[in-house]
Amino acid sequence: MTTAETGFFGRLSWDAFPIAGLIQTPNANEIVANSAAAVVLVGVVAVVGLLTWFRLWGPLWRDWLTSADHKKIGIMYIVFAIVMLARGVLEGVVMRAQQAAGPGDGFLEAEHFAELFSTHGTIMIFFVAVPFVFGLANFLIPLMIGARDVAFPVMNQISLGLTVSAGMMLMVSLVVGEFSTGGWTAYPPYTGAAFNPGVGPDYWIWAIVVSGIGTTLTGINFAVTIYKLRAPGMKFMRLPMYCWTIICSSILIVFAMPPLGVAALMLAADRYLDFHFFTNDLGGNMMNYANLFWLFGHPEVYLLVLPAYGIYSEVFSTFSAKRLYGYNSLVIATMSIAVLSFTVWLHHFFTMGQSALINAVFGIATMLIAIPTGVKVYDWMATLYRGRIRFSVPMLYGLAFLMLFVIGGLSGVILANPTVDYQVHNTLFLVAHFHNVLLPGVLFGLLAGYNYWFPKAFGFRLNEFWGRITVLLWTFGFMLTFLPLYFVGLMGMPRRSFSWENPDFHPYMIVAVLGALVILLALLSVIVQLWISIRDREKTRVPVGDPWDAHTLEWSIPAPPPPYNFAIIPQVTDRDDFAAAKERGAAYPTPDAYEDIAMPRNTGIGFLLCVLSGIWMFALVWWIWWLAALMTVLIILSFIAWTFQTDTEEVIPADEVRKQHQAWLDLVHNSTPVDRDYEAAPENRGLARPDLEAAT
Amino acid sequence: MKRAPTHSYPGLNLGRRHASADKASEVVTFGFWVFLMSDLVYFGLMFAIYITMIDAQAGGPGPHELYDLKSIFAQTLILLTSSLTVGLAMLALKYNLPRARIVLWFGVTLVLGLSFLVLEIRDFMAMADKGGIPQRSGFLSAFYGLVPLHGLHVATGCIWLIVLGIQLRLFGLTDRLMSRVVRLALFWHFLDLIWIGIITIVYFGGLSYG
Repeated sequence: MTTAETGFFGRLSWDAFPIAGLIQTPNANEIVANSAAAVVLVGVVAVVGLLTWFRLWGPLWRDWLTSADHKKIGIMYIVFAIVMLARGVLEGVVMRAQQAAGPGDGFLEAEHFAELFSTHGTIMIFFVAVPFVFGLANFLIPLMIGARDVAFPVMNQISLGLTVSAGMMLMVSLVVGEFSTGGWTAYPPYTGAAFNPGVGPDYWIWAIVVSGIGTTLTGINFAVTIYKLRAPGMKFMRLPMYCWTIICSSILIVFAMPPLGVAALMLAADRYLDFHFFTNDLGGNMMNYANLFWLFGHPEVYLLVLPAYGIYSEVFSTFSAKRLYGYNSLVIATMSIAVLSFTVWLHHFFTMGQSALINAVFGIATMLIAIPTGVKVYDWMATLYRGRIRFSVPMLYGLAFLMLFVIGGLSGVILANPTVDYQVHNTLFLVAHFHNVLLPGVLFGLLAGYNYWFPKAFGFRLNEFWGRITVLLWTFGFMLTFLPLYFVGLMGMPRRSFSWENPDFHPYMIVAVLGALVILLALLSVIVQLWISIRDREKTRVPVGDPWDAHTLEWSIPAPPPPYNFAIIPQVTDRDDFAAAKERGAAYPTPDAYEDIAMPRNTGIGFLLCVLSGIWMFALVWWIWWLAALMTVLIILSFIAWTFQTDTEEVIPADEVRKQHQAWLDLVHNSTPVDRDYEAAPENRGLARPDLEAAT
Repeated sequence: MKRAPTHSYPGLNLGRRHASADKASEVVTFGFWVFLMSDLVYFGLMFAIYITMIDAQAGGPGPHELYDLKSIFAQTLILLTSSLTVGLAMLALKYNLPRARIVLWFGVTLVLGLSFLVLEIRDFMAMADKGGIPQRSGFLSAFYGLVPLHGLHVATGCIWLIVLGIQLRLFGLTDRLMSRVVRLALFWHFLDLIWIGIITIVYFGGLSYG
C-alpha cells in the first residue's frame, strides 16, 4: 500500500489492534503486549468512571483544564509526568526481566523488545523529565521572582496541551498499531520508509514534533518571564539559583529544539513524500540526521539536569540553614555548562567516521564540562560544611545525588575519551552511565523538589517517614540496577540486545532485575507516601507558608498561594530576600494600600488545541488524509478565532485582596514560630523561627 | 554619561505618542524576538543542510538546469518593496495617521506578498517540468525543504495581514492591536532577511559552486 491508495480510514484496520495478535498467536509476548494495552484501557475507563462518580467533570473543566494559572498548569504537568513515569518504569522492569531470563531469547520477541526500549527512552526524556522539569518551573518561577503569572499565560496552557497530546500518542500506540523500534534516537535509514514502512516511526515523529513545539513555546515563555517580569529590585545577581538554571534551560530550548524539529520533519518528508534527506539512495545522507539529532540531544540533557542542579542548590542551602556557598561561581558554572553543551554533540557518534582530530577536539570539549560541574559539586559541599544540617527528605535525595552523580560524571569523562569510547560504545556501560546521571541527577532532583515544594502547592507537608523509605528504595534500587551494568558493559555486553549467550553475564543480569524490582517498589512508595500524606493532611497543614525556614520569595506567601500570588508585589533588596527579612524581623509586612489585580481569564484554547492536535497526529500516522486536512484547518481557525477575543482578563477587586491578605496576616501573627528541629512535627504550621547563619 | 533608555524593547517601536501601547508591548515584543531567534535556527539548519547536500545531485538536474534568475530578481524586488510598504504602515501607526492608511499599506503588502508566492510557485512548477522534483535527489530535497519553508512563512504572513486588517477595522487602534502590528512588521522584515540569505546561498551560491 502506498500513501496514495488508502481508503476512508487510511491504513487503519482490525489487525492494528493487539488483540488480533493474541488470537492468532497466543504466547508470552502477545500476553505482555495485550496486558499493556489493557492497562491503558482500564486506566482510561477508571479515570472516566471516577470523575463521573464523584461528579468532578465540572470542577475539572472550570478549575483545571481551562485555567491559565501557572500554578495549576505546573501541577498538571507534574501529574502527567508521574503517570508517564509509571509506564516508563514498568517498561524498564520488563526489559530487565527479559535480559535476566537469558542466556537465550527470553520471553519477548525481538520486535517487542525494540519497541520497549524505544518507548522507554522517548517517554522518559520527552514525557517524564521535560514535563516534570517544566511543571516545577511553571509552579515556581513566577513565585520566586515576585510575579503574578508567566509572561504568556495562555501560551503556557497551549504548551501543556501540546505536550499532553503528544504523550497520548505513545499511549495510543499501545492500543492501535505499534510504536517505533528505532530507539529514542530513531536513526534513519532504519526508520526510513524502505526498512520500516509501518506506523511505528510515524508515531515517534509526530509525538516529537508536537511536543517539541510545546517545549519551544515553554522555553520562550520562561526566558521572557525571567527577563521581563522580575519584581522591582530583583536584579539578575539576586535571582535564586533555581531561576538561573531555568534561564539557562530556556535558552537551551530556544536554540536546541529547532534541530530536533528539523530532523524529525525531514524524516517525515522522507517517509511521507519520498524525499531523500536520509535515504541510502539518490544522495541522501544519514549523517546529517545524526548531527542534527545530537545538536539537539546534547543540550537536551543539560536543559534537564541544570534545573535539577537549581533544585539541589535551594535544598542544600535551606536544609543546612546557610546561604548558598559561591553563588557567583555557581552562576558562571551554570552559564558555562549551557554554552559548552552546544560544543560536544559529536561525542555521541565518535565511531561514525570522523577524523581522529575532530574526535579529539570534541573529546576535549566534553571533558571541559567536568570543570564547571566540579565547581558546582564543591560549592554544594561547601554549603553543607558547618551547616546546621537536617536530614529531611529533600536533603537525603541531595546527599544520594552528590555521591552517585559524581560516579556518573566520572564515567562520562571516561567515555569522553574517543579511544575508550571505541571500546565501550554501544555497550551497557553507556546505559549505566546515562542512567547514572539521569536518575541521581535529574530524577532525584525532581523528587527532592516535589517533596520540598509540595507544602507550598497544597498547603500540607508530605509524610516524612514514607518519604525516607522512598529515598532508600530509589537509591538502592538505582545502585542494584545500574551499577552492575558498568561491569557487564565492560565485559562487552551490547545495549538493546533482547538475547545474549555469554553465561558470565548472568549473575549481573539477575542483580539488575532485582534492582528493577526495588525501583518498582520505590515507585509504589511514591504513591503510598502521597496517599498517606493526603489522609493525614489535617496534621501537617502549613497555612502560614514557610515550613522549612527557607530563603526565597515563594515562601513569603500563604500555602497554597492565592491565584494572584502576591497581594503586593514585593520590593527586593537582597539575594535571599525573604531570609534577610526574617533575620531583620521585617518579614510579613502589613501593606499600606491594596490595588485591583488583573488576572488572565479562563480559556479553553489550550484544551481545544490538545484535542485537535491529537486527532491530527493520529490521522497523519494512519494516513487518514481528509481528517488530517480537516484538523489542520480547524487548528488554524481556532487559533485565529482566539485572537479575536478582547475580554481576556478579569479583575480581582482590591477589597477582596485586602480581606484575604489580612486574614492570612492575622494567622501569621497568631501562630507560634517553630524551631527547625520540630519541622516534621504537627506544631509546624509554616511559621519558622529563623536562625540563618547561626551555624556559620 | 549614561543615556536613559528610550525604548523598552529592541527594534520597531510605537514611540511616545502611544506610551501605553508601547509599555504594553514591551513583554510581547521581546518574546517575539526570542521566537524569531528560534525560527532563525530552523532556517540556519536548513541552509546548512542545503550546503552539505549541494553535491548530492545523484545524476539529476542541478542549479544550472533549474534556477531562473530573472524570476528570482522579480521576486526579490517584490519582496523588498513589500518590506518598504509594511514599514510605511508602521510609520503611519507611529505618527498617528488615519487608520485607513495603515489598512491601505497592509493591503499593498498583501498584494505584493501574494504576487511573490505566485511567482515562486510558478518557479517550482517550471523546475518540476525539467525534472526538478524533491523526490529526484538529496540536493533537490534540501532545496524544497528550505525555499518553500520560506514561502510557507510568507503565506502565514499574508494570513496574518488579512486577519489583522479585519481586526483593525473591527476594534480600532487598541493597545493590543498596535502591539500586533509591531510584531507583524518584525515578522515581515524577518522574511525579507531570510530571502536575502536564500538568494545569496541557494541561488547565487548554488550557481557559482556548480
